[in-house]
Formats: sequence, structure tokens, C-alpha cells
Amino acid sequence: MAKLKGAIEVNTERCKGCSLCIIACPHQVIALANKVNLRGYPYVEAVNEEACVGCASCGIVCPDGCITVYRKKVEE
Amino acid sequence: MDRNQIVQPENIVCKKPTLMNDNNMHYCPGCSHGVVHKLIAEVIEEMGMEDKAVGVSPVGCAVFAYNYIDIDWQEAAHGRAPALATGIKRCWPDRLVFTYQGDGDLACIGTCETIHALNRGENIVIIFVNNAIYGMTGGQMAPTTLIGQKTSTCPYGRDPEIHGYPLKMADIAAQLEGTCYVTRQSVESVASINKAKKALRKAFEASMAGKGSSLVEFVSTCNSGWKLSPAKANEWMKENMFPFYPKGDLKDTI
Repeated sequence: MAKLKGAIEVNTERCKGCSLCIIACPHQVIALANKVNLRGYPYVEAVNEEACVGCASCGIVCPDGCITVYRKKVEE
Repeated sequence: MDRNQIVQPENIVCKKPTLMNDNNMHYCPGCSHGVVHKLIAEVIEEMGMEDKAVGVSPVGCAVFAYNYIDIDWQEAAHGRAPALATGIKRCWPDRLVFTYQGDGDLACIGTCETIHALNRGENIVIIFVNNAIYGMTGGQMAPTTLIGQKTSTCPYGRDPEIHGYPLKMADIAAQLEGTCYVTRQSVESVASINKAKKALRKAFEASMAGKGSSLVEFVSTCNSGWKLSPAKANEWMKENMFPFYPKGDLKDTI
């Protein structure tokens, strides 16, 4: 059966750590990193990318357009 | 499966719109303005109007909107964006002309311009971001502030005896003969963002078809002004803003 696999790339310098993507993600892929970027904002990162299905919810709700979402169909 | 096989340009399903440039936005973390900017950039791109879109930016938080979306912009005096947009559209009828205004700009100092531009049926789109507070100047009471809502200039909550009642601009616009499409949307979830995008595209297309003026209101959050986290601000908006500013189309004669 075909399965959807996803991956995200976060523009960590643009991210402001508002955490709206963390709430929007249905598979708890994203979390706040314990670090700050050059502008002093905490940023998010993918901590559980195995679970990502590429639904793009995070990218759609991100107010700053920091998240690029990739999705690929994988035959098992 | 190797991550590198997924992270390929042909697998992209969502990215920052091409029209949105790399300037870091000055908005507070979680501000609804960013999502509305993204929707505008995406819709203009999908319509292929990159070279023909002219935006009019307001005074307020969105004053620097021209720094973030790579189309033509004009900066209007406080509240006068619809008057400026009228001039642009009349000189250049083939352009997609829209204004981008907040509630302080549109519903307070610019009430006159807004109502008259809508009533004249100018073929422009007015994008109205309503967060019920003056965000840029420090969270003061706006005409759209809800009854009982606390702001820095009504710290005990808005009292209609002293401050009057909140103004429903979209409801007023729907009564005017010149408007063809008046809708109220929000951008707090994936479903509502997709719906808002469709509404925005409908309004832009109506203006290009010369059907009259459109008002697209976005019920939005101001987490800094409301003194809440972005997530809690969304919850507060659902609980308090939506009952008073119900979402949906108020007028549709397209």
C-alpha cells in the first residue's frame, strides 16, 4: 500500500517561535528548540519527522511563511 | 526512506509564496497579519496579476506591508486608503487595486472614506483586518473593541455608557448599494484559511470584472495587545469575537 511520507524545513532565522505550527500539526512532529536565532527569537524544529505525512498544516498556519513542506508517496 | 529523497523540489507541497520576499516581517510572533499577507501573495500569484496588482497600505501595524509583498504599492495618509485606491483604479482600470487596512484605520479615522468608496461602487477590494484593538500604538480601545474587553485606555472593560458600542463595518457595508461582495473570514485554522483564500480570490475577481466594491473582513488576533499567547489569543477570538462578529458572507450579488 502506498504511504505518504513528509518532511519539513524550517527557516530558523525567519521563525519567531509563535508555536502556532506546533498546535496545528496533527502528528506532533514539531517542537520549540531550546535555542534562539540571531534575532533573539526561539524557533521551532522537527523533532519527530518520522511521523510527518506532509499534510502542510504547519506551513499553512505559519504567519511568516517559514516552513517548507515536502511530501512523497512511498510504495511499501 | 532517506530524508534526502523526500526533500526534493518536485515534492514541495507548501512554501512561502514567491511574491513574498525575504525581508523579515516586523509583526509580533503569531500575528494574523502574516497569514493575510501570505493569502494576498498567493491569490495574486494564482491569478497571474503580479505585474498588475496595486496595493494601498494603511497607517497602523500593516504600514510596512509594501516591504513584504513584491507588487506595486502606495502608502496612504491615515484612513484615506480607499480614496487613494479610487484614484488609482479610475486612472488604471486594468489594475487589480486593493487596500489593506486595520480597524483603527478603516473603522475610525477612515470611516468616511471607506463608506463612500464602497457606496460609490468603486471596483476595488478593501481588506479589513479587525483585531478589535489599536495594536501598533500600544493596545488602546478601537471602535471595534468588544463590550467588556479590557484595553490600555479602558482598563475596566469597554462600557457602552461611556464608550459607546462596537462598530460592525461589514454589516454597514452590506447595506450599501455599491458593494457586490461583503464577507467576514478568519485565519486561525487550516480550514478557515482555505475558506478565506477562496473569499479573497472571489473579491479580487469581482473587482476585475467591474462588478463593484468588495469588503473582505478578517477577524484577527492581536496577542500583544490582548496580552495573551498566540494560541490563547486564537481561543479568545473564537470565544469572544466570533459571537459578535459572525463569519460568513454578508452580501453576495456576484
